[in-house]
Amino acid sequence: MVKVRIWGGLRIHTHGEAEVEVEAQDLRGVVAALGQKYPEMKPALDSGVSLSIDGRLYTNRWFEKVRPDSEVVVLPRIVGG
Amino acid sequence: MPKDIATRTFKQVGTRPLRPDGIEKVTGRARFGADFSMPGMLTGRILRSPHAHARILKIDTSAAEALPGVKAVVTARDFPETDDGLHDIRMNVMAREKALYDGHAVAAVAAVSPAVAKEALKLIRVDYEVLPHVTDVDEAMKPSAPVLHQHIFTANESPAAKRPSNVAGKYEFGHGDPEAGFRKADHVIARSFKVEAAHQGYIEPHACVANVTADGQGDLWCCTQGHFMVRAISAGLNGMDLSKLRVTASEIGGGFGGKTTVYIEPVAVALSRKAGKPVKIVMTRDEVFRATGPTHSASIDVKIGATKDGRITGAFAELRYQGGAFPGSLADMGAMAAFACYDLENVRTIGWDVVTNRPKLAAYRAPSAPAICFAVESVIDELARTIGMDPIDFRLKNAAREGTLSSYGPTYQAIGLEATLRALKAHPHYKAPLKPGQGRGVACGFWFNFGGQTCVSLNIGLDGTVALSVGTPDIGGSRASMSLMVAEELGIPYEKVRCIIADTASLGYNDVTDGSRVTFSTGLATIQAARNAIKVMCARAAATWGIPEDAVEWVDGHARPTGPNAGNFEPLSLADIAAQSHQTGGPIAGHCEVTAEGAGVSFGAHLADVEVDRETGAVKVLRYTVAQDAGKAVHPAYVEGQYQGGAVQGIGWALNEEYIYGHDGRLQNAGFLDYRIPVCSDLPMIDTLILEIPNPGHPYGVRGVGETPIVPPMATIGNAIAAATGVRMTHAPMSPPRILKALTENQAGT
Repeated sequence: MVKVRIWGGLRIHTHGEAEVEVEAQDLRGVVAALGQKYPEMKPALDSGVSLSIDGRLYTNRWFEKVRPDSEVVVLPRIVGG
Repeated sequence: MPKDIATRTFKQVGTRPLRPDGIEKVTGRARFGADFSMPGMLTGRILRSPHAHARILKIDTSAAEALPGVKAVVTARDFPETDDGLHDIRMNVMAREKALYDGHAVAAVAAVSPAVAKEALKLIRVDYEVLPHVTDVDEAMKPSAPVLHQHIFTANESPAAKRPSNVAGKYEFGHGDPEAGFRKADHVIARSFKVEAAHQGYIEPHACVANVTADGQGDLWCCTQGHFMVRAISAGLNGMDLSKLRVTASEIGGGFGGKTTVYIEPVAVALSRKAGKPVKIVMTRDEVFRATGPTHSASIDVKIGATKDGRITGAFAELRYQGGAFPGSLADMGAMAAFACYDLENVRTIGWDVVTNRPKLAAYRAPSAPAICFAVESVIDELARTIGMDPIDFRLKNAAREGTLSSYGPTYQAIGLEATLRALKAHPHYKAPLKPGQGRGVACGFWFNFGGQTCVSLNIGLDGTVALSVGTPDIGGSRASMSLMVAEELGIPYEKVRCIIADTASLGYNDVTDGSRVTFSTGLATIQAARNAIKVMCARAAATWGIPEDAVEWVDGHARPTGPNAGNFEPLSLADIAAQSHQTGGPIAGHCEVTAEGAGVSFGAHLADVEVDRETGAVKVLRYTVAQDAGKAVHPAYVEGQYQGGAVQGIGWALNEEYIYGHDGRLQNAGFLDYRIPVCSDLPMIDTLILEIPNPGHPYGVRGVGETPIVPPMATIGNAIAAATGVRMTHAPMSPPRILKALTENQAGT
């Protein structure tokens, strides 16, 4: 299981929980598991999110590994100018 | 962190060779968007809404189509709605049921001359039903405000929104309990701020030429920060296969985030397809201001508490950002960036994404961060003064460091905020005496940075020179930086490398040049491509010598035998191997396709001295210093240029630049005479301090540098004005009328 920190706006879909646990091996697995566990969160996940894994930012790399002790944070998709 | 980053000695990276595009640009030979032409080319022009908010009842183009010389007319009907995720951009490119802002495109023509095109626009009859409008973010959030879209219900709100509104979304971040933190504080300061929208202010207007032939294949030349993005959207809106549209990026006369989307390009493609001829569209300056992305405008509340010895105990910010007529004001980014500089136990931010009758926001360097930085760093400054603590010491005491749980969620790896603050404090500027009436301000800022999809191709010529093709338009010196990285890896002179921006048919997909991503991600791909080419060259040398490939190493531009059984062969240079390549296996190339991730966050700290004219309210910037962590400065002159450019743009926003709307919802200052950007004579030389705290996610330790420099200036200038006058400005830009009003009110005690 991986602990995933959720930004405040999405916590309405996790019954207010700031941190939830999902079964996942990689970035794609985290997003898929969150969508499965919290279907109302799926539109937000599908519209694009970034994940911070152990302090590094990932947006598109599905197969980036997560470990049970990884710090995983779901964030809005990071943009720039 | 790769072992060699911190200790590696570079031979080419870190030097300042001549810019490859410099001579072309200063002699006027560089080809920008408007410089491209084709035989038989038509002129495209766009008709724009004169209303801030209006229902389009009917568009009659028959008279325009009948005008001799008019070859094509398009409206929203030429961009049919499909379920392709391009709904908002389709509506922005060409208004459908409603015109949503002054300047919104409603029709376009292609004609044999600019005069005929202009005449044709006059003949298009649009019947509007003018609707109530709203351009202010706070007004737009009121229940009584005219609602732009019936399909927008506030996202992420509990309980769920039951009726449509202009509030598209709510975003919350933070940890701990700010209210508990405020109770522990000796001093709590709460203030409200407003920041007006600014334009990216690029000198080159949007321009393009489209040529779609009868067999449905098209070419498009345009000035853009991302030609693969232009291809995807232009092809999508016109129902074309991606491979049928080739897009070539011109030189770019500034973008700063404003050219990360499309406006005229899909329209030119549609006109060209309909007319059967090439079509060129060049925006006027008026169109650039009225119809292309400015920034958000913002209304912000900030509350911060601290103990009398300078430790922040609680922090809160609520951000209301409007981003024009469509969702995406980037209030979420602003809410994340708000307190990213600080190590806080109790912090909470709320961002509201609001739509108004203004042009759709486009990114502008560190989009969303300057406004919230102005608000937060102003209160931080006021707290430091209230406590009687040096403002840099106050920030150092609360600065985020490696291991800090950031206010937006992740725990930081190695970061450079503390180093930049200490560098600024040690700089002679910080100790230089000030005259009466002058003030000094400091502020720090943050941006995320990211990587993205990147594809490069490196080809070694028979003469030993190297051609590098990248797919990220060069908006800040990336061709020089890439060439330096190739030279570093291959061990050849910088002058032997030429980097070009390849078209969309020549490389795999590349994300847009934005987010300070190119030196990081294209650099990462370039280094890997060079290393792949080295593997090929080592293999060729091994075959030539008849020894195993693993018995060859690459040192200083040469393949050398290595190990006890490799034999004694004269090293082969890159040029030697290249010259024999036609006989040893054919052309030698290296390429790399990657989704680069692991970009390091960036911090900067700025210092400014100002003098305020109490009779006019005008502010003169006397001295300005930027300190920022670059990870590794590949071409330090370009890094300095990024620091200076960002600071100058931030100073312009701080003192003068703003979108001014009339009561009719129309933009009042759509030109550089009334929208004042700073020029050289307005400013001192911007001093720079490049810090190098390596990013563990890049082979050379590179971080992006382009975004962060625009974040602190507004707050830095505001804090300097407060020091000079004793008056805290809470509305930016801090233009002469606003300062004069604040000084007058302060004198009157109101």
